[in-house]
Amino acid sequence: MIRRLAALAATCLALPAWADDHVTTFALENGMEVVVIEDHRAPVVVHMVWYRVGSADEPAGKSGIAHYLEHLMFKGTDDVAPGEFSDLVAAQGGTDNAFTSYDYTGYFQRVAADRLDLMMELEADRMRGLALTEELALPERAVVLEERTQRTDSDPGSVFSEQRTAAQYLAHPYGIPVIGWRHEIAELTLDDALGFYRENYAPNNAIVVVAGDVQPDEVRALAEEHYGPLEPNPELEPRARPQEPPQLVERRMTYSDPRVAQPYIVRTYLAPERDPGDQREAAVLTMLSELLGGSSATSWLGRQLQFDEPLAIYTSAFYNGLSVDDTTFGLTVVPAPGVALDEAEAALDEALARFVEEGVDAEQFERIKMQVRAADIYSRDDVSALARRYGQALTVGLAVDDVEAWPEILQSVTEEEVIAAARTLLDRSNAVTGWLTGPEDGDIQEVTQ
Amino acid sequence: MIRAMFAAAFSLVALPALAAVEIQEVTSPGGIDAWLVEEHSIPFVALEIRFQGGASLDAEGKRGAINLMTGLLEEGAGDRDAQEFAAEVEGLAASFSFDVYDDALSVSARFLTENRDEAVTLLHEALTEPRFDEGAIERVRSQVLSIIQSDATDPSSIASQTFDGLAYGAHPYGSDTSGTVESVSALTRDDLIEAHGRVLAKDRLFVSAVGDITPDELGEMLDSLFDGLPAEGAPMPPSATFELGQGVTVVDFDTPQSVVRFGQPGIDRDSPDFFAAYVVNQVFGDQSFGSRLMREVREKRGLTYGIGTYLVNQDYSDTLLGQVASGNESVAEAIDVVRDEWARLSEEGVTEAELEAAKTYLTGAYPLRFDGNGPIARILVGMQMEGLPPSYVNTRNDIVEAVTLEDANRVAAELWDPESLHFVVVGQPEGLSATN
Repeated sequence: MIRRLAALAATCLALPAWADDHVTTFALENGMEVVVIEDHRAPVVVHMVWYRVGSADEPAGKSGIAHYLEHLMFKGTDDVAPGEFSDLVAAQGGTDNAFTSYDYTGYFQRVAADRLDLMMELEADRMRGLALTEELALPERAVVLEERTQRTDSDPGSVFSEQRTAAQYLAHPYGIPVIGWRHEIAELTLDDALGFYRENYAPNNAIVVVAGDVQPDEVRALAEEHYGPLEPNPELEPRARPQEPPQLVERRMTYSDPRVAQPYIVRTYLAPERDPGDQREAAVLTMLSELLGGSSATSWLGRQLQFDEPLAIYTSAFYNGLSVDDTTFGLTVVPAPGVALDEAEAALDEALARFVEEGVDAEQFERIKMQVRAADIYSRDDVSALARRYGQALTVGLAVDDVEAWPEILQSVTEEEVIAAARTLLDRSNAVTGWLTGPEDGDIQEVTQ
Repeated sequence: MIRAMFAAAFSLVALPALAAVEIQEVTSPGGIDAWLVEEHSIPFVALEIRFQGGASLDAEGKRGAINLMTGLLEEGAGDRDAQEFAAEVEGLAASFSFDVYDDALSVSARFLTENRDEAVTLLHEALTEPRFDEGAIERVRSQVLSIIQSDATDPSSIASQTFDGLAYGAHPYGSDTSGTVESVSALTRDDLIEAHGRVLAKDRLFVSAVGDITPDELGEMLDSLFDGLPAEGAPMPPSATFELGQGVTVVDFDTPQSVVRFGQPGIDRDSPDFFAAYVVNQVFGDQSFGSRLMREVREKRGLTYGIGTYLVNQDYSDTLLGQVASGNESVAEAIDVVRDEWARLSEEGVTEAELEAAKTYLTGAYPLRFDGNGPIARILVGMQMEGLPPSYVNTRNDIVEAVTLEDANRVAAELWDPESLHFVVVGQPEGLSATN
């Protein structure tokens, strides 16, 4: 029922051990990595190019340049006219799109498996050969501003999230929104975009993931033909962002907006990410998030705040360890009608304290591990999602081995580890707590009966 | 509501062409029909169930009862309360998802081969013996009320609800399936029990299954799953009349960007001209394709992040709808461009090149939709609700190919009617006057 509120949360559970037989990786001489995921059920392929660059790698004062460049990548090369890229894909019955995040930028096409050749030709062409003019770039900047208005400025929940994230990071660029601050987007130039492009878009900074009805040998031959001749960028710098200092003092904020009908609380704690060869801490946090807020009906917060005492209509915990630098562990509480935010927050704190005191519910822990096992089976049905997960993992610095070891690490997490992690993590001096409220003081939202 | 309508529209045009998709028609020993695609390579089954009529079967004065009832199907059944039920389902790593829209109540389930029988027993209880415990009713009611209140301050929801209200008046299509704060607050447990009986009946049932199961196993499963459901539910709703004409309705709302819902009457899914209209709309307004509207409004002028139009076929109404969002200072221009393009399409039609590009895309994209057990099951249940035969997966692309330029342009002139086009604008648009 509450699926729409549930969109606030996302946790990534598992990946296949099945991968042993179905995932192949290799590298080209110019440094490009290639991952092939086989699924021969349907003659379809997903072709993705991931760059190890995202908004957290932008120069100071140029926020939004990574995302703006992603839009401009569809505006033509010496060989492909503006907009023709998508037309060529569509002419094959395919679909294509792109996405930008803090740590990566990706481009993908879904086409019939026998059209992979052309997709690689097109992506290889625009990896080094973008050709743009101001006449093309300026209207696209207006489009990006409209996108920001639609996705962020028109949505109080998004504004709230942007402000909380900014408060979370004092030094690290994760505090800057991926789409960019409006005043900085408005000043971005074509030269900014091209400079960022030349520096970061090169085969030695890219990962190609091909998933579907393909054979690894055939993919290797095509990749060598199309991507092989591309020159790497020998000047490519290792990613080095300003790192976040330890948080010493609790941070709090209240955002009131007349467009908010349902107030809620979000708290995020600064938390470690998955590191290559060292994913245990992140696995423990992943299990902690499932135990605290994975299922409304059976998780700790759900039981305490929605069932035993109906103080909330929705609770969740969220954590995603796929990140280059320190990430966050989050909690959401949407209070029931008539429950003030301070009351809801006090109940949250009390529930967290009791969790650490009482320990893990062994039956619930077993159910979650069963779901981790099942995720291994279900994930094979969605090869595009698998492709995304490998691309994400590899662009944040993990290796294929790390991806494949992950489900087993999750299974091996113990109750004691979860409680120890909770004890360390759930400290408000390591957190940002935000209240989103309606027009008045937002403490109480009465329902008209 | 509009969201659900679009989903419905996509399901009916999104059908298979893969030789590999072998659809078997299965009838259970007890007489329940289903479509099956066997896929034994992954040990689970995706199951899709539809009860036709959906939220449009709400009894007079009980708007939102079916929506609330649907939300309660997973909140306790048989001997188990909500938490016990959820714990059982999670312990099996099964998942059941219940939803309702204008024309159907939908159930999407998936479960592992290793514990299929236990999962089916639980789903059977959810469908036939939901408990509607008082605590659960209040809990889900609070969630629904929260959503209704949030929708009331959300520009997209305001736009679609306003458009639907003006278009359909008192017909169920004219109001949100969730109901209002007043109607939902007044619902009783008896109302929910009645709502359950109105929708969940065997005379309106459509089923598809894809995955690790044989026809015989599916037959037995169907009989267990639906055992005890009544033979008949409430009569289907009356036909809807689209009452909106040319004009602009402005809903004042303090937000930096106006959200626009626009539309006019559409075309019947069974009309011989449907596919001509469908191909023309691909040229004109498909949001993910290099359509005319995307080029004119987004790419050339930078007025929006996205614009799209859709042929929406519901059981009791056919419409041609679209949406766009643009800054308050630029939305009037965006609307002008849409109107001009609407008129140009009607007068000039599409070019041979545009028609061919759209056909190539549509026929090529068709097989790509069959990429997983869940998606295939959804397509199959949608086909059944549309009254299409299994062989449609092999003929659909030929029907698209058969659309001639002459057909396309005749239908473009007949269907796209600038004088029927209505815009609902939510925001504070500059330089735009309402006609109401």
